[in-house]
Amino acid sequence: MQNSAEEDVDLARSRQIAPPPVSKHLQSLLTFFGAVAITLVVHLLISKNEPSAETRYYTIFLCTVLAIAVFTAPAQLFSSAVRRWRQNVHPILAAGTLLLCLWEIITTGLRLLPLPYFPSPAKVLQSLISDYKLLFDSTWHSFVLLLCGYALGVLAGLFSGLCIGWSRQIRYWGMPVLKIVGPIPATAWIPLAMVLSPSGTFSAMALIALAVWFPVTMLTSSGISNTRASYLDVARTLGAGRGYLIFRVAVPAALPNIFIGLFMGLGASFLTLVVAESIGVKSGLGWYVSWAQGWAEYGKVFAALIIMAAFFSSIMTLLFKVRDRVLVWQKGVIKW
Amino acid sequence: MVTLAQTEPAALSLRGISKSFAAPDDPLTRRLALIDISLSLAPGELVALIGPSGCGKSTLLRLIAGLDTPDSGELTIGSEPITAPSAERGLVFQDPNLFPWLTVRRNIEAGLVARGLLREKRAEVDDFMRLVRLETFANAYPHHLSGGMAQRAALARALINHPKVLLLDEPLGALDAFTRMQMQDEVLRLWQARRTTMLLVTHDIDEAIYMSDRIMIMTPTPGRIERKIDIDLSRPRDRSSEAFLRLRSNILEHLHFAGTAPA
Repeated sequence: MQNSAEEDVDLARSRQIAPPPVSKHLQSLLTFFGAVAITLVVHLLISKNEPSAETRYYTIFLCTVLAIAVFTAPAQLFSSAVRRWRQNVHPILAAGTLLLCLWEIITTGLRLLPLPYFPSPAKVLQSLISDYKLLFDSTWHSFVLLLCGYALGVLAGLFSGLCIGWSRQIRYWGMPVLKIVGPIPATAWIPLAMVLSPSGTFSAMALIALAVWFPVTMLTSSGISNTRASYLDVARTLGAGRGYLIFRVAVPAALPNIFIGLFMGLGASFLTLVVAESIGVKSGLGWYVSWAQGWAEYGKVFAALIIMAAFFSSIMTLLFKVRDRVLVWQKGVIKW
Repeated sequence: MVTLAQTEPAALSLRGISKSFAAPDDPLTRRLALIDISLSLAPGELVALIGPSGCGKSTLLRLIAGLDTPDSGELTIGSEPITAPSAERGLVFQDPNLFPWLTVRRNIEAGLVARGLLREKRAEVDDFMRLVRLETFANAYPHHLSGGMAQRAALARALINHPKVLLLDEPLGALDAFTRMQMQDEVLRLWQARRTTMLLVTHDIDEAIYMSDRIMIMTPTPGRIERKIDIDLSRPRDRSSEAFLRLRSNILEHLHFAGTAPA
């Protein structure tokens, strides 16, 4: 009796963690291999007549991807975690690779899009690699500017949001200012900022901070002022003073809202960064894009766009990770 | 067994309390919520306050907690007048109102943190978690707890301050019938262990008879105390004993009469 019960448990457990059938797994693997192989073959056929200096890196890139896929395939035989992960990412990677293939067919292959505005992926990769020093430098400058502006805006936003959300009196005077000044896009202040500030970098930082400040303030104050009254009542009967009520009750209660503000502020800061850099600041990715455009080097424009995508989405992912860590107590309540 | 520093229970007395609120539909007129409430609790007594909803029971508790102030009348605990909320008067609501961002342990600690006593009294946290039998859930977040467990955590959170008076605002109202009966015994056990003065608001007549030393019946519009009934049954009480049932029909009759009487 007991034995059979144990067997049942074992059976249930093995069913739960049973690896997906090998055939299905092989299918997903082959899909990816196939996609990379097709892209490579198409590339070799299309770029036969192109100068090899322009296409060399892309060929190397595709071969490397294929090689990595092949040589890391055995790893999944030993770890079911790796297997699950690969099964999960293969379809989307295959689709991405096929998209690259389509891009190359449309540009270099059929020449459907006007040059030089729409270079082939090979050309973009070549620009990316050949100009890596300047791109890296630009990314670094953008990063520093973004970090300073964002941090400044967040600190100011948290502070003013806390004051407006907590104190009725500050709310009375602060809310109209917030509602009138806040909705003006930060970039609309650029003409004024250029006159007022001694340096372009400084005014760009202030503009980014302003762009971040508004959503952070708005959501922090609404989160604070919507703290459940019963939490505050309970805290009062537990002997809480003002400091506890604000920082240990109202602020944690407002955190889900605050993170929405941080997220919106981050989006606004990317926009302001790129616009400010392409107008006033003489460095950074925004500057790089308009500089490359000035020389009609659209390969570099696309290369910078790719860097921006990677850069901005990494920062956003980081914010989400922090959010998941901080808001672990409400996991499952809100999903982004 | 848990050996905790004993609480010093205190007498609670209310004399001629009245309270009015602005009418929700017309802010210029005020409606009386409570009129001329007088009652006193001996130290360590467990008194139940029952009545239909809207009779001002919760308002009365908020006044005693110090979260609201009365229009007229005097509230004292021991010999001190009540002017503001304080850790000596614990309050437990129908909704446990655990802070969802804190684990069970941190919730129970909250009163100590708020008063800056955590370092000094950290050892007591474990005792109180054992007292409400939640030691295995110390690191769980409130959304993982069942209703009964959450309410036990809320009780421990209120008790850790050694309140002289514990105010319970329909603390078991949201629980299912079975958990509710278990929790009645649980609260009685805590009361006997802690010997705190308790004022229990409920709309469950059985609960009031089962638990309290004395029952006050309130009637609405405006809220006033209609009758006081001593419960002279020995504990543990038998919910189906004749004396219990007689008290029950007695109170029911009274509430019915009070409900239909012309104002």
